[in-house]
Amino acid sequence: MLNLDVMLSNLPLYFSGALVTVKLLAVSLFAGLACAIPLAILRASHNPWLSRPVWLFTYVFRGTPLLVQLFLVYYGLAQFTWMRESIVWPLFSSAWFCAMFTFAVNTCAYTIEILAGALAATNHGEVEAAKAMGMSPITLYRRILLPSALRRSLPAYSNEAIMMLHGTSLASIVTLLDITGAAREVNSRYYLPFEAFITAAMFYMALTFILVSLFHFAEKRWLSHLAPRI
Amino acid sequence: MLHGFLPSLIEGAGTTLSVGVCSLLIAMILGIAGALMKLSRSRILRGAATLYTTVIRGVPDLVLMLLIFYGGQLGINALAPLVGIHSVIDINPFIAGVATIGFIFGAYLTETFRGAIMTIPPGQREAGIAYGMTPLQVFLRIVFPQMVRFALPGFTNNWLVLVKSTALVSIIGLSDMMNRASLAAGSTREPFTFYLAVAILYLIITSVSILLLRTIEKRYSLGVRTSA
Repeated sequence: MLNLDVMLSNLPLYFSGALVTVKLLAVSLFAGLACAIPLAILRASHNPWLSRPVWLFTYVFRGTPLLVQLFLVYYGLAQFTWMRESIVWPLFSSAWFCAMFTFAVNTCAYTIEILAGALAATNHGEVEAAKAMGMSPITLYRRILLPSALRRSLPAYSNEAIMMLHGTSLASIVTLLDITGAAREVNSRYYLPFEAFITAAMFYMALTFILVSLFHFAEKRWLSHLAPRI
Repeated sequence: MLHGFLPSLIEGAGTTLSVGVCSLLIAMILGIAGALMKLSRSRILRGAATLYTTVIRGVPDLVLMLLIFYGGQLGINALAPLVGIHSVIDINPFIAGVATIGFIFGAYLTETFRGAIMTIPPGQREAGIAYGMTPLQVFLRIVFPQMVRFALPGFTNNWLVLVKSTALVSIIGLSDMMNRASLAAGSTREPFTFYLAVAILYLIITSVSILLLRTIEKRYSLGVRTSA
């Protein structure tokens, strides 16, 4: 049924696509997480002047499609002359940078909510104990709140990472040759949609399972104290 | 406003909403069927449902949509001569979009509904059987009305994600908001303005959905508090 020759002969294209997908995913997850940690602290703060602006940011980015955000950055920014004349324009005129930037901002918004939820759910006794021990606010966050909240965010964060893996497929729409881009290329060259997209689907499934097992390992390593006994 | 493109965008928002609602209906039917299959005693049914949810949740929506749109086109045209149709059939992008999104979110709703059904104590179902109800009657009279309440929070999340994935149907040529914004952006050279307008329209749709579903949820949990 399926034309295996085409699938096999194009495997190198898919593998280089997988590399692009993994790079996009790794960079955006890393940058998104790095920005999300300080913003989540603001989001969980009791001061509305600090938490409200962050809430607005996450609300807007979680309430609109990733595709719209990508088009706003990739096609939209070129509308402004000041943007085209600024020093960051060489970055924003590249599809690579636009995709990574948009994915990072998007995953940052979701990660902020996950982390802020975990921070707010911290057992208050732990915070009181830390204060009674004379910890300063910075020490309190560094030693008590952040390590515990980051660990407890792992299950929800693994879902976010998988959603982001799937989100990177949108990069193919702005001309990048990721896994989906490779599949579209193969489909337009041979007009064999089943072969092209089923191969891509298998690559994504493999990446999803790798990601799931990485997070499973991470939960065993860092979350075993909360696992059910017996 | 918007160089006269606003009515077109609003019309596109209508298309977006109808794609969303139609695919939600398909997803709900598939979700209930999938949940019942996952909870059934037959190993084949359980296996089929597990395969469905695992594959769908492991592959991006865009890939599935392109597969169903291009592959479905090829498949239907290959099968058409067998039933005596010899003209070339074009798949309507609306049907392809609704079918794909419905099929994808059926898998997510399967998990939501399965969790909701599992929270209903099995004794209630046994009691229904003991009263002489058929399995269908047990489902319709006992399981379903209670399941709605437990499924609402997950359902809200799924609906919000679903609405946002409807933006992808513009890729296969359906004239939704996104598609119309691209056309307007091309003719006015103001892409930021139009994509921003689409973002705002999506934000309105998601905000209204959140408010509506929160009201429904409150009503359901009110009843629970008084009866408990």
